[in-house]
Amino acid sequence: MTPVEWAIVGLAVLGAFFGGVAALGIVRLPDVYTRAHAASKSDTLGAVLAVGAAALALQTDLSTIKAVFLLTFMFLTNPTAAHAIARAAQDQGIEPWTVDEEGES
Amino acid sequence: MVEFATALLAVAAAFVVFAVVALYRVFVGPTIHDRVIAVNVMGTNTVIAIALVSAAFDEPVFLDVALVYALLNFLLSIAFSKFNVEHGGVL
Repeated sequence: MTPVEWAIVGLAVLGAFFGGVAALGIVRLPDVYTRAHAASKSDTLGAVLAVGAAALALQTDLSTIKAVFLLTFMFLTNPTAAHAIARAAQDQGIEPWTVDEEGES
Repeated sequence: MVEFATALLAVAAAFVVFAVVALYRVFVGPTIHDRVIAVNVMGTNTVIAIALVSAAFDEPVFLDVALVYALLNFLLSIAFSKFNVEHGGVL
């Protein structure tokens, strides 16, 4: 395989890893703000890496530009959406999760 | 179909599995915001899977579908959060 193909496979596998971290965080973290953190950070990074792999794999000029545009769009909008949801949660008075005196949720 | 298409398809399948894992939070999420965040993650994973399938089968037309899906996903999240604030959690 050529170095470009190694780069494509490596980017895709790294993207899958960070997507798995995001799914784990969505399921396991204790409240809505920490879940928004997992969704905005890990999932955005996984999305950018995986769509970057797709952009490298698509050979024609126009589709590569489209894939890079999709990548930039997701890089901007995904944290914005998570921020809007977390702000709505805070406006409705949902308290952040803290460790109390007994040390258990 | 390019020669490393199997790896790209495997990663797309992994993202579909992660979307199904996030569906757990849509069912059991204590607040509506947990559900909206999980739906947002599921939409993001769907966009990634569409883009990877587009690269694996060398069909650039699918990228337009992924772009429109990403736009609708963002619009859904913003609309739900704004609706929830202004109408006090109707859902």
